[in-house]
Amino acid sequence: MSAYLNYFWDRRAEIAALTGEHLVLVLISTLVAVAIGVPLGVALTRRPRLAKPVLGFANVVQTIPSLALFGFLIPLPLIGGIGARTAIAALVVYALLPILRNTYAGVLSVDPAIIEAATGIGMTPRQRLRSVELPLALPVVLAGVRIATVVSIGLATIAAAIGAGGLGVLIYRGVAIVDHRLILAGAVPAALLALAADSGLGIVERRFAP
Amino acid sequence: MTLALTPVIEFRDVRKSFAPGRPILDGLSFTVGEGETLALVGPSGGGKTTALKLVNRLLDHDSGDVLAFGRDVRAEDPIALRRRLGYVIQEAGLFPHWTVRENVEAVPRLLGWRREAARSRSDELLELVNLPAAEFAERRPRELSGGQRQRVGVARALAADPPVLLMDEPFGALDPIARRAMQREFAEWKRRLGKAVLLVTHDLREAFRLGDRVAILDRGRAHQIGTPSEILASPADDFVREFISDEVPVA
Repeated sequence: MSAYLNYFWDRRAEIAALTGEHLVLVLISTLVAVAIGVPLGVALTRRPRLAKPVLGFANVVQTIPSLALFGFLIPLPLIGGIGARTAIAALVVYALLPILRNTYAGVLSVDPAIIEAATGIGMTPRQRLRSVELPLALPVVLAGVRIATVVSIGLATIAAAIGAGGLGVLIYRGVAIVDHRLILAGAVPAALLALAADSGLGIVERRFAP
Repeated sequence: MTLALTPVIEFRDVRKSFAPGRPILDGLSFTVGEGETLALVGPSGGGKTTALKLVNRLLDHDSGDVLAFGRDVRAEDPIALRRRLGYVIQEAGLFPHWTVRENVEAVPRLLGWRREAARSRSDELLELVNLPAAEFAERRPRELSGGQRQRVGVARALAADPPVLLMDEPFGALDPIARRAMQREFAEWKRRLGKAVLLVTHDLREAFRLGDRVAILDRGRAHQIGTPSEILASPADDFVREFISDEVPVA
């Protein structure tokens, strides 16, 4: 045990730097996914006819193996290429579904009597969305963000395969030279990050429960 | 009481159906005068709630006229119209993430009142509905009893001082004792505020207690409209006779 700790300690600077890269990948991709997923999820509640095909499409995209998706994106113009930008694009794709689905479900789960009350007292649709529907849907939306973040932390390790950096670098290197200590030096911090994000965002979620 | 008052709400031969050939309102006509309470009562599915929602444009009618303040509601901006019609619904429909005070101040804030004005108004109304602001203003709806939530619902509807209240089964979710207490308080608010009220209830006793006049609805038509004593003294048809004998045991 202490042999592992010593091994990690000796590489603390590198682990810290890669953890930083990892967090940046996850943070940027999750923020972009929120910026796309929340408005799109709300829009779908207004156009029920589109909801099924759009959510279905997002579901299908989700089933593409992640390594394959990273590979597919490389030749694309603008988002493609080797490096963090491509990795972020792929992570956005995966983070989008839970955020989109939970926003949609969360807004639809608001008690229709409350929505009717909001309309009946004279709120415009926009006021109703901002001050009633979104706040009441927030815990469900945040649960989607939490799932997306945890999933992204795991997936981001694969981003190293296309040169995006992050903790995956240690894992790939460890696999290449068959050194399980090196694999763990990448995997353990990634797992801890995921646990921390899960419980931290869980606290935020409960804080916003109506 | 005289009934030659200016109608605040008027229905003229109003028809509405949700499915072809199955009218929910089938030629409904009535008026609600200034300061008057008209209770719409009848079996469920008779069109009472639909009628109420035509007034504040939560629904639109197919034909006939629905007038509020003497004007066709369909010619009005629905948002502005609704802010002039207090709306009280069963279970109060309070916003669970807002405090009691925020709920009561909802309409004044939509109307852009200044904070102090809205605040003194909510203090006043919470006092009126027997929920002193010092104790209740900062609570959330889930921390209140059913009767207290319903009081907040009434206070919210009254906040911007609308000339008309629309009440849809306002006391329907309460136990009999709380219900009776709310009915007594309602009579008191009404005496003090002089609002016109269009009240929907399935409970004939409630209709007779609260309504200056009562309209007995079934299958989208008013079988009889009159004061409780007129209806009891001379039921207009068999339906009314049966309905009132089922609901009000002859003493």
